[in-house]
Amino acid sequence: MSTAEMALPKKTMPIGTILLQAFLILIAITQIYPLIWLAFFSLKDNSEIFSGDVANLPKQFLWSNYAKALSEGHVLTYFFNSVFVTAVSIILVLILSSMTGYAITRMNWKLSGLTLTIILLGMMVPIHAALLPLFMVLKNLGLLNSYWSLIIPYVAFGIPMAVFILGSFFRGVPRELEEAAVIDGCGIYRTFFSIILPLVRPAISTVAIFTFLSCWNELMFAVTFINKESMQTLTVGMMSMVGTYITQWGIIGAGLMITTIPTIIIYLLLNKQVQRSMIAGAVKG
Amino acid sequence: MMNSVFSNKTAITIFVLPTLLIFCAIVLVPIFVSSYYSLLDWNGVGKGAYIGFHNYVELFTDSRALNSMKNSLLFAAASIFIQLPLSLLLALILASNVKGEGFYRTVYFIPVLISTVVIAQLWSKIYNADYGLLNTLLENVGLSHLAQDWLGQKKTALIASFIPTLWQYIGYHMLLMYAGAKSISQDIFEAAKIDGASRVRTAFLITIPLMKPVLKVCLVFSVIGAFKVFDLIYVLTGGGPFFTTEVPSTLMYTTIFDTYRYGYGSAISVFIILECLVVTLIINKFIKTE
Repeated sequence: MSTAEMALPKKTMPIGTILLQAFLILIAITQIYPLIWLAFFSLKDNSEIFSGDVANLPKQFLWSNYAKALSEGHVLTYFFNSVFVTAVSIILVLILSSMTGYAITRMNWKLSGLTLTIILLGMMVPIHAALLPLFMVLKNLGLLNSYWSLIIPYVAFGIPMAVFILGSFFRGVPRELEEAAVIDGCGIYRTFFSIILPLVRPAISTVAIFTFLSCWNELMFAVTFINKESMQTLTVGMMSMVGTYITQWGIIGAGLMITTIPTIIIYLLLNKQVQRSMIAGAVKG
Repeated sequence: MMNSVFSNKTAITIFVLPTLLIFCAIVLVPIFVSSYYSLLDWNGVGKGAYIGFHNYVELFTDSRALNSMKNSLLFAAASIFIQLPLSLLLALILASNVKGEGFYRTVYFIPVLISTVVIAQLWSKIYNADYGLLNTLLENVGLSHLAQDWLGQKKTALIASFIPTLWQYIGYHMLLMYAGAKSISQDIFEAAKIDGASRVRTAFLITIPLMKPVLKVCLVFSVIGAFKVFDLIYVLTGGGPFFTTEVPSTLMYTTIFDTYRYGYGSAISVFIILECLVVTLIINKFIKTE
């Protein structure tokens, strides 16, 4: 069995077990009920929500709220923008960080240690520090309201964690594999791309999940650098949508659900991997 | 042959230079730029006037700024004294091989994954004075005299805006602590059991002390998280009513983008960087691991 089966020696008192389960279920309800409530009111109309009967199942399921949120509320546009910005950011973070992580941990050069230190320091820098300087630069370059105004900062701030996670996986690859590859006539690029990268697939998915969550949910840069509605991502779009439909909770609820569902689906599919990536992100040096 | 392949200067440059350039340009250089801006009286148009540390003097004398710092300290305190103990309790229970361990771990973690914007919108509906879930529940259990405008009143707004963050991140800290507890060698618990130590005693005398490294990480994360909190407050209350829920990052944001005081706003951002750095150093210095 698992290592910490004995973390707390188990008593076999049924009452204790029942109380413990009741407590755990209570917490589970607290954690999940607000979302279920959201799902309910996303399918109701105003009169039903405002009748004071907020906690019940919808009398009839108003899927039209979802249709309205997607079309009139522009959620489809926001959704596409988020998907695009997030996908490009993930790909760039993976390419840049895996190459750099590899060069730092497996290749021989004098400044590798210093480079690693500088990049890892970046994990401690809050994005607040960059907000105004980036805003000024993007404004002067005319890059506000472009996808790049989000992708570039997301990639830059994603790099430290990614280099850290990938680097520690590269360290675990046995030297012999590289030696064998080189003896067989592989150059450095082939060794890296066709031998090493496939070996660290778990680290790559960890970094991808981590980057997905931070880009998909980011607000501060997104609200500052984008004000054109057609370019807004889900987080910012949701804010403007709430302004538009301030009294129509059903439509807002539908928008919030559409924002949330992809994350929940990914989580339920990749549950173990997601949890592992969150742990990996925390356990640094 | 090995050496020449793995010291290939061209390859190293290709592998490292693009990353380093983008990282320095976007993450490192702006810190220095912000520090420079923070010494200016500047509205973003034309050149700013150099005013030395005047912005910092203002930051530590202005009651609105001091109030925002106090709020973020209260936020940190709430995380440390409410969120972390609850997370620890849950982690210890789940790590002790209870029934449904995997299910509870999965469910508790769900709020962590949801965008803070969504969470803020959702909780603003929960708190809604007229039709919100909270007031309705209170009425249904006969406590309607407690129903009120949770986010709209000075006396409840701050607590009401803590709760969603506490709720959101309990699962995250629980997961980290759970992983920490699970990584402790089982032999130690065997020994404790043979010595007849009770469940609670084992937790306090063995499990928790051995979890010190992960507890330290959680402590750093929750304090820094409280200092950086932005999304939730920005969406939930915008810092109101009457600045009761304002935190440094929302103050920074409004200072820059609503009142166009770029220098003062930058001073606040430098303050946020420094307090995150200092608190990390302090926690690392005073809680020794290994």
